[in-house]
Amino acid sequence: MKRHLVITGLVILVLGLVKLADAAPLGRRAEMQNGLTLLVAERPMLPMVTVEVLIKAGSLRESKEKAGLANLTAELLPLGTASRTAPEISETIEFVGGGLSASASRDLASVSLTVLKRDLDLGLKLLADVLLRPAFRQEEIARKVQELQGSIQRKQEDPGTVVREAFASTLFGERPYGRPVEGTEESLPGITREDLVEFHQRYYVPNNSILAAAGDVTLEEMQRALEKHLQGWSRKDIPSLEVSAVSPPTSLQVVKIDREVTQANIVWGHLGIERKNPDYYTLSVMNLILGGGGLTSRLMRSIREERGWAYDVHSFFSARRLPGAFQVSLQTKNETAGSAIEEVLRQVRDIRENGVTTKELEEAKGFMTGSFPLRFETNRQVVSFLAGVEFYGLGMDYPERYPEIIRAVTREDVLRVARRYLHPDRGILVVVADPAEAKIPF
Amino acid sequence: MRRARWIPLATLLLALLAHGTEAGRLDVFEITLDNGLKVLLLEEHKAPVVTFHIWYRVGSRNEQIGRTGLAHLVEHMMFKGTEKVGGQEFSRRVRRNGGRDNAFTSQDYTGYFVTIAADRIQLPLELEPDRMVNLLLDPAEVKRERSVVMEERRLRTEDDPSSALWEEVNAAAFKAYPYGHPVIGWMEDLRQLSRTDVQNFYKTYYVPNNAVVVVVGDFDRAQLLPRIQEAFDSISQAPEPPPVRSDEPPQKGERRVMLRRPDARLPSLVAGYHAPNMKDPDSYALDMLEVILAGGKSARLYRHLVYEKQLALGAGAYYARVSAAPDLFTLYATPLPGKSVEELEQALFDEIERIKTELVSARELQKAKNQIEASFIFGQDSIFSLARQLASYEIVAGWRYWEAYLPGIRAVTREDVQRVAQKYLTREKRTVGVLIPGDQESTESSQQSAVSSH
Repeated sequence: MKRHLVITGLVILVLGLVKLADAAPLGRRAEMQNGLTLLVAERPMLPMVTVEVLIKAGSLRESKEKAGLANLTAELLPLGTASRTAPEISETIEFVGGGLSASASRDLASVSLTVLKRDLDLGLKLLADVLLRPAFRQEEIARKVQELQGSIQRKQEDPGTVVREAFASTLFGERPYGRPVEGTEESLPGITREDLVEFHQRYYVPNNSILAAAGDVTLEEMQRALEKHLQGWSRKDIPSLEVSAVSPPTSLQVVKIDREVTQANIVWGHLGIERKNPDYYTLSVMNLILGGGGLTSRLMRSIREERGWAYDVHSFFSARRLPGAFQVSLQTKNETAGSAIEEVLRQVRDIRENGVTTKELEEAKGFMTGSFPLRFETNRQVVSFLAGVEFYGLGMDYPERYPEIIRAVTREDVLRVARRYLHPDRGILVVVADPAEAKIPF
Repeated sequence: MRRARWIPLATLLLALLAHGTEAGRLDVFEITLDNGLKVLLLEEHKAPVVTFHIWYRVGSRNEQIGRTGLAHLVEHMMFKGTEKVGGQEFSRRVRRNGGRDNAFTSQDYTGYFVTIAADRIQLPLELEPDRMVNLLLDPAEVKRERSVVMEERRLRTEDDPSSALWEEVNAAAFKAYPYGHPVIGWMEDLRQLSRTDVQNFYKTYYVPNNAVVVVVGDFDRAQLLPRIQEAFDSISQAPEPPPVRSDEPPQKGERRVMLRRPDARLPSLVAGYHAPNMKDPDSYALDMLEVILAGGKSARLYRHLVYEKQLALGAGAYYARVSAAPDLFTLYATPLPGKSVEELEQALFDEIERIKTELVSARELQKAKNQIEASFIFGQDSIFSLARQLASYEIVAGWRYWEAYLPGIRAVTREDVQRVAQKYLTREKRTVGVLIPGDQESTESSQQSAVSSH
């Protein structure tokens, strides 16, 4: 690999309601010649470095027949390379008190490293080895599949997981967002070593990846180290992503799952938006007021504070690469399940018809702009933030623009997006409850 | 909370690495105000943010029989308003200013915090003294909040077989000391908690001489201290709250609990051993033992039970070192589908026997020390966890135990690890809990049913 050519020096200024004129730049960006994007936040206060590599190789990229392939690929990375066994890798990194792990989500795979500064070279060497040269040994595949199957059984104990998974599969069907990232007990045994090798070769390429680092390290140091350790990792064309669009239901669709539980677990919602939708910010403001804002949201106030029906009720838009879900979740004793659902729908209709008050809007905007700096206090947070900015193509001036975007939101904007994106009459309702106790009038 | 492992932190090692000297002393400023309020300040200027904590030296261990869950209910009521700051107004004001606030209750303490931009530090200084003395405690609100807490209990315990098992093991392990009841309280007690209970508890324990203020972040100590003094000055010292009088009698034989739950899919196993807390010098070796057993995938339990023998889906250890009274050193494991819980239990106890009979290797000892020291550094990355460490140490033993921690760890020998395993991880000191999926006759048939489902 030759010396990288482009270094976009850039300065991320953290702006909020707070005056931060003296704040140091948050990160610098460079593109390596093989197409890898590198982001580094120089934070020398502690002798440690946190690194995260994001690879656009989440479950979006797998077929339904091979559900779980993306996650299995990621989880197997630290479990053996051409020259190291799984126990050798964990022993080496843990001996220096560091951590190296890999996982996948729907959009992305991710490899994370945390080490003391003095062990950075060792850490990057291991990280590069697992990223570039995973062995996918048959024995490790079998072991991991067995573990995942056990976890899949175990998570059925959690009614919250059951209700979320049923909601996702009802909304998205067999599309990637409708399936559990770890696959199913049925799909996992069908994944072969060849599938894993091919998936890795196809998607784990530099021009499909982002590497972010934060801590006691400079951009130049990272570049030098990566040129050494990532040698031979070269650019490749990535197949285009094809996922069919979701066709939303035309009326309320109800799924009831009977379980002997003391508390009904409820999810109601429908299709939401993708992260790149320009209405994302206005919707975030609207959602904060409706059900996203801790104890003070409308849903919390009416269902928890005024009625004592739930410990937690919240709403969110899961804005991903492709349109994700909008959903409201709550848990309440079986007896109050029906009334709580009616109250959720009433609140959704109300914000859709009447919008929000000036006071609510100002409070939401104050929180979103003022709490912005709290979102990247630690190295781990900074790394995720930088990588996310890059992945969603928000531009390195995003932290500067963010407060302006939020401040510009008006009550009319909020009303417009509430009407456009909330659909109280044609959502999906999933309830996991005890049928003998719960009264669900739907 | 009981499964969370809090890795303590200090600036000690940082000083060592950065300057090559062992002149490690935390730059914590400590003062007790005239009314007895303890204040700890730690400047940390890496981001223009402060975290303001006020912790009360009261938790579920201060509750009486029949009134479990009271400390946690009071925590909830702290957000329900005073005459000056109405219900919800507390959180609204914090949020309007871009801050985050929340609270938590443990066996030993109840902590409240506001994390906010450095130039908004005045806000918690206005709000916290007010709710230390002026809570409204409207009877209707108490009743409603009691329902909310019952929902919280359903969410966390009633419908979660694993946490129900931990609750059972604690209840069996402690027959006298109040660590035996859950922080959230028994459902039957929650139904009966009254406004008077809440009022009495609040009046007794929410006094300046029973509280600790900890501020970490971007502030100037010389400027902040007078503002804290001014904010809390008008609150007078109150009678000392009553101490917890109970002591747990030594356990004289193994106790076993079987919990059958129809909603459990896999069996699981928890074994808690009575162990000393951080005030005892043995705590350093016990902490090392925890890391040697369960500090990652190269540690013994994962390596042997999960990876090599393929008996367990997961296995771990948790040592409750940071506790006001002696608590438990706990092992836990879940069998892989198809493996029996009996076989796993035997393998788990075999690991403990091996620790007692063979010295751990020099490399294992060094690895555990390296892991603990690195975690110290990593933990300092967050002002929130710094504040939380300071406050919890201060409440259970005094924050200076924090400074003693790394030297204590460094001094642990292979023989120490063996000695504490022999001394504390004994059969007669342990309580074993087994979760049995309820549709099965016994754990034997649990094995068969899991096999046949493949």
